[in-house]
Amino acid sequence: MPKLTIDGIEVEAEAGMTVIQAADLVGIEIPRFCYHERLSIAGNCRMCLVEVKPGPPKPAAACALPVAEGMQVWTQSDLAKKARKGVMEFLLINHPLDCPICDQGGECDLQDQAMAFGSDRSRYHEHKRAVTEKYLGPLVKTAMTRCIHCTRCVRFIEEVAGVPELGMIGRGEHSEITSYVEQALTSELSGNIVDLCPVGALTSAPYAFHARPWELHKVQSIDVLDAVGSAIRVDARGNAVMRVLPRLNEEINEEWLADKSRHAIDGLRYQRLDRPYVREDGTLRPASWEEALRAVAGRLLATEPDRIAALAGDLADAEAMVLLKDLMGVVGSPHLDCRQDGAALDPADRAGYLFNPTIAGIEDADALLIVGSDPRWEAPILNARIRKRYLMGGFPIAVLGPRTDLTYAVEDLGNDPATLEALATGRHPFAETLAQASRPLILVGQGALARPDGAAVMGYVRRLAEAVGAVGADDWTGLAVLHTAAARVGGLELGFVPGAGGRDTAGILAGAEAGDIQVVYLLGADEIDTARLGDAFVIYQGHHGDAGANRADVILPGAAYTEKNATYVNTEGRMQQTWLAVHPPGEAREDWKILRALSAAMGKPLAQNTIRDVRARLAEVSPTFAPGNDGGIVPATSTPGFAAFTGRLEATPFASPVRNYYMTDPISRASRTMAECTDVFIHGKTHGTTGGDGGLTAAADSKRTGTDG
Amino acid sequence: MTAAKTIPDRAETPFAFSDANQAEVARILAKYPAGRERSAILPLLDLAQRQQGWISRSVVEAVTAVTGCPPIHVWEVATFYTMYNLAPIGAHHVQICTNLSCWLRGSDEVLRAARDVFGVGFGQTSADGTVTVSQVECLGACVNAPMMQIGDDYFEDLDYDSAKALFQAIKDGRPLTAGSQVGRQCSAPQDRMTTLTTDPTTAEGGRWTAPDSPAAGGSGAD
Amino acid sequence: MLLSDKDRIFTNLYGHHDWSLKGARARGDWDGTKALLAMGHDWIVEQVKASGLRGRGGAGFPTGLKWSFMPKTVGERPHYLVVNADEGEPGTCKDRDMMRNDPHKLIEGCLIAGFAMRAHAAYIYVRGEFYREAERLEHAIAEAEEAGLLGDDACGSGWPFRVYVHKGAGAYICGEETALIQSLEGKKGQPRLKPPFPAGVGLYGCPTTVNNVESIAVVPTILRRGASWFAGIGRENNTGTKVFCISGHVNRPCNVEEAMGIPLRTLIEKHAGGVRGGWDNLLAVIPGGASVPVIPKEICDDVLMDFDALKDVKSGLGTAAVMVMDKSTDIVAAIARLSAFYMHESCGQCTPCREGAGWMSRVMDRMVAGDAEIDEIDVLEEVTRQVEGHTICALGDAAAWPIQGLIRHFRPEMERRIRERRGAGTPAAAE
Repeated sequence: MPKLTIDGIEVEAEAGMTVIQAADLVGIEIPRFCYHERLSIAGNCRMCLVEVKPGPPKPAAACALPVAEGMQVWTQSDLAKKARKGVMEFLLINHPLDCPICDQGGECDLQDQAMAFGSDRSRYHEHKRAVTEKYLGPLVKTAMTRCIHCTRCVRFIEEVAGVPELGMIGRGEHSEITSYVEQALTSELSGNIVDLCPVGALTSAPYAFHARPWELHKVQSIDVLDAVGSAIRVDARGNAVMRVLPRLNEEINEEWLADKSRHAIDGLRYQRLDRPYVREDGTLRPASWEEALRAVAGRLLATEPDRIAALAGDLADAEAMVLLKDLMGVVGSPHLDCRQDGAALDPADRAGYLFNPTIAGIEDADALLIVGSDPRWEAPILNARIRKRYLMGGFPIAVLGPRTDLTYAVEDLGNDPATLEALATGRHPFAETLAQASRPLILVGQGALARPDGAAVMGYVRRLAEAVGAVGADDWTGLAVLHTAAARVGGLELGFVPGAGGRDTAGILAGAEAGDIQVVYLLGADEIDTARLGDAFVIYQGHHGDAGANRADVILPGAAYTEKNATYVNTEGRMQQTWLAVHPPGEAREDWKILRALSAAMGKPLAQNTIRDVRARLAEVSPTFAPGNDGGIVPATSTPGFAAFTGRLEATPFASPVRNYYMTDPISRASRTMAECTDVFIHGKTHGTTGGDGGLTAAADSKRTGTDG
Repeated sequence: MTAAKTIPDRAETPFAFSDANQAEVARILAKYPAGRERSAILPLLDLAQRQQGWISRSVVEAVTAVTGCPPIHVWEVATFYTMYNLAPIGAHHVQICTNLSCWLRGSDEVLRAARDVFGVGFGQTSADGTVTVSQVECLGACVNAPMMQIGDDYFEDLDYDSAKALFQAIKDGRPLTAGSQVGRQCSAPQDRMTTLTTDPTTAEGGRWTAPDSPAAGGSGAD
Repeated sequence: MLLSDKDRIFTNLYGHHDWSLKGARARGDWDGTKALLAMGHDWIVEQVKASGLRGRGGAGFPTGLKWSFMPKTVGERPHYLVVNADEGEPGTCKDRDMMRNDPHKLIEGCLIAGFAMRAHAAYIYVRGEFYREAERLEHAIAEAEEAGLLGDDACGSGWPFRVYVHKGAGAYICGEETALIQSLEGKKGQPRLKPPFPAGVGLYGCPTTVNNVESIAVVPTILRRGASWFAGIGRENNTGTKVFCISGHVNRPCNVEEAMGIPLRTLIEKHAGGVRGGWDNLLAVIPGGASVPVIPKEICDDVLMDFDALKDVKSGLGTAAVMVMDKSTDIVAAIARLSAFYMHESCGQCTPCREGAGWMSRVMDRMVAGDAEIDEIDVLEEVTRQVEGHTICALGDAAAWPIQGLIRHFRPEMERRIRERRGAGTPAAAE
């Protein structure tokens, strides 16, 4: 632990730290542009020059200088200040002073530091450089004349995103950042380079010229467009969500955010259910809340309990699910399920449905087997964590599943489920690799579980996990179930599953088809085959006019995740809450309130009158929801053996449930930005063939795209 | 706008290493340790340019295929180094050094000769496609200034007349004699040797070993 | 006291004799190499230290000391010797002669130096324009392999050693040792941050030493003639022989190997036939390649040509490339040409050099015509100070120093042009 002084303050730093990190420890801010604590050190901007003794009589870059015992650092000496002022002048000579028309204005590192360290006039009388814009895809807009060549974007794309597609070409003052032949960046994390860019060279294309940062009110929330639960900040103006940015959460997303989570938000404006509807003579017509609730209540009361069923969708919040579950109890029906995809997940077996090692815990693992999952599309943020661990070295990875270009090198085990049996019985060499590891991790995706032989798959996975020591140790549970739906773990924690003698999703659909189920309550459930609902009376509670609403007989308009204070449990079992940033549109309401109102309309009012009451009810049902557990995980303890799972493996290869990363849910399916991404990345339309700004005000008629995009 | 380097042929100019060059590709790759194929990017681009005359997009992709490096890494290299031609050039590439030593001794005259014979200046290709004339930085033959490089060869100790004669020879399709155009022996002072006038195989000429050196007594490696 | 041929190392510098193995052996190359290797790694390093040899690529860092930074044992990572033959410092053309006319001195030097630092491979990074020189080196290497001087048992020493030629592709910055390593790894030639230094983390992340061609090529002769022989030539701390390149306004430009510390005037008059028009027609000399500051005639009159003497007059020996300018020279245009060179060759990685080199060059272009204000000379000087010492590598310094030298010695000339232009253009404004 070397001791050094920075501006006279003694700092005890860890060996291997750099001066800039040591200064951060004691709150001394050294200005920087290229340095970023999560990227490799470039040392190219030279803004962090400081005076150091002992050493040569010239300033040193604090970002690249390792601390040493007895080192004396001055960040405010004449030498240091002069150096910084000089660098700032150089950065500005070719930087256009177009702040008034720059989207970075008001939140620009260069602007801020120029105020702090720059001069009030220019001594540069030559022509300024102009650089042509580059096409980097539909999400990142460029104004390359503003680029200060810090290479943060290049390093992020290469190191974190793992798709080496950006570079700095040319040399000297003609150096330019670009992708190869200006192809769109194929990373699902590309939006992060906009956050990383310290100037306005890379800005958000969909957000371009829509708002200034000081006009926005900022609400801390979480993302629900996958099951990772990334920490986000929702920036809104008036009642419109203008953008979503990542928030720091070391446990989950560090400071990154996946592109869909960031850019699907224009979908919150389109296809919205903003008032109740009832179907009359085959067509939906607007109705009042009273009318709609009365219609639903009447139908529920008039139908035999055994002919009523409920399905919770992928975006359903825990508050709504617990009240719907209780309401089903009041009605007397056992037919409910939160597993729209029919995955073989046993609610009694928490270890069997959680990502037990945790996302941050991936960094502790020392071998990985991926079964039936495409983490790159199912959870880009989690995939980045796998890559991070991979880059540390000593991390063999094998994939038994549909995709192997996951941004890290893997051993391809093919995609034959029989291989799983070979692994579980020790007949495959990778089983030995896992057994040799002290913290083996087995990642299982929904593509392996949401199939008829899902239970058998889980059985073999459990058997393998036990054989290689992935489960059973005190300090390590390496069995990791990766979900794709934000609602799923919450639903399982609440027991939103068939009661005694109840039907699961498949049973409900079969029952509806056969006419045995006569009323189906869809709580945002859009990922089912609605054609199989037969003649059932369908109630759709949700926020988008997607598959479920199209089939509905009554629509009860709910709130999207940015419009409510709601609880979700991520794939790790981590309980977190969204916060209301804007109000639901029109007559739409928060979902728990709709259910509470419905119970009243039925004359059987639920006991919960406030959100506090609902949350108390959640805590009653599961300790995961205990007050004070916000952001925390209750570790799984139940670990039944593999013998509990039976069945034979089928020969069908595993397939990821995500067939188009950019369109997985009602919000992203309504997003024009995501439609443009689909055109570019899924349908391979190249630069120049995609039109429009894909932005919030895109006026062009955008064709609604189906589930596959 | 800056002289941005964009890949010139979005339409494809097909390229594949010739059969003869395939062996050279293997020889180049063998110079570097396994897993370090990226080191071969520079020599492979050079090889491709010798085959095709310039670096097209298809060349970048061929080098990508051989080295396993992402195309952006190859493209960064192709745009960084000045010897790679990112567009087709004339059959002969005349590169005139204009850095200080050459400028002091008349590189402007060499350029004037090029203009007079070919009718083009720096960065231009003659109308018949015979010649591209380029300005280059110091080529490292400063005591033989002014000088230029044509193809792989250096032409030194130029003046207007000798440069013009060379250019005319190119135009006429006659062979060129590389090296000093005034008959100097490499970098020796012209006409009057001040050093190295002794037989180098004798002790007086520099072949000697100190008696206490381990190398004394034996000669040769064995 | 001039050097005699007996004490010259590069006895075929001009290529009068056979460059091939046969000729090289006749001149004493490869004499007793096995016996030298038998003395062991550390003995060689000690001899080179004792000789006082300082790096011949420009910086003048003691060569033996540099070698001693290499790890004493070889771990999992192999050691590498890399020879810097990316000769591109304007005014410099010595390595070219060594490679084309005395290639075996370099190759034997690679073996001895490589062995000393426990390397089994050397890469010679030759600038791409030296196509013929690289060709000749490859040929000489093949000869040495054929003769068993290189290979699995180099010179019968039991030490496997191979030499590879790697060609650059046109980038002055690759003469910077870490940029050269980057380029050898197939990347853009952008210098690395130091620390770590190449001796710890160099080529492919392995311990590496990068030396100039001349530094390596002189080593076999030093070992054969003895460290004390080399140390006895020149002045203390500035020992040995040196190949000087004399270009520009002299009667007979040439390369010549002379003793370190030879007076500049003697060097020019004895070997290069004197300044065009006589010594009194001398305006200024750039004594060590484009990167070192220009010195005016009054300094040239008695300055000695070595590291310390030139440092004392605020210039440097650099690569010992002497660029002579007589009184007909437009000195501002001459330095402006160098500024344009640095702008062209800046790699673009770090801010002060990328932005500053272009700024300086553009202002210099205006200074040539006097199209500036007097106080812009001070701004220009300040800009050079803002670049100097603030960059990742020394190219920033190299871009700054020639301008600083110009302002130091020729400011009156710069001011004269500004005044004259102003006088000619707007008489009323003349001061």
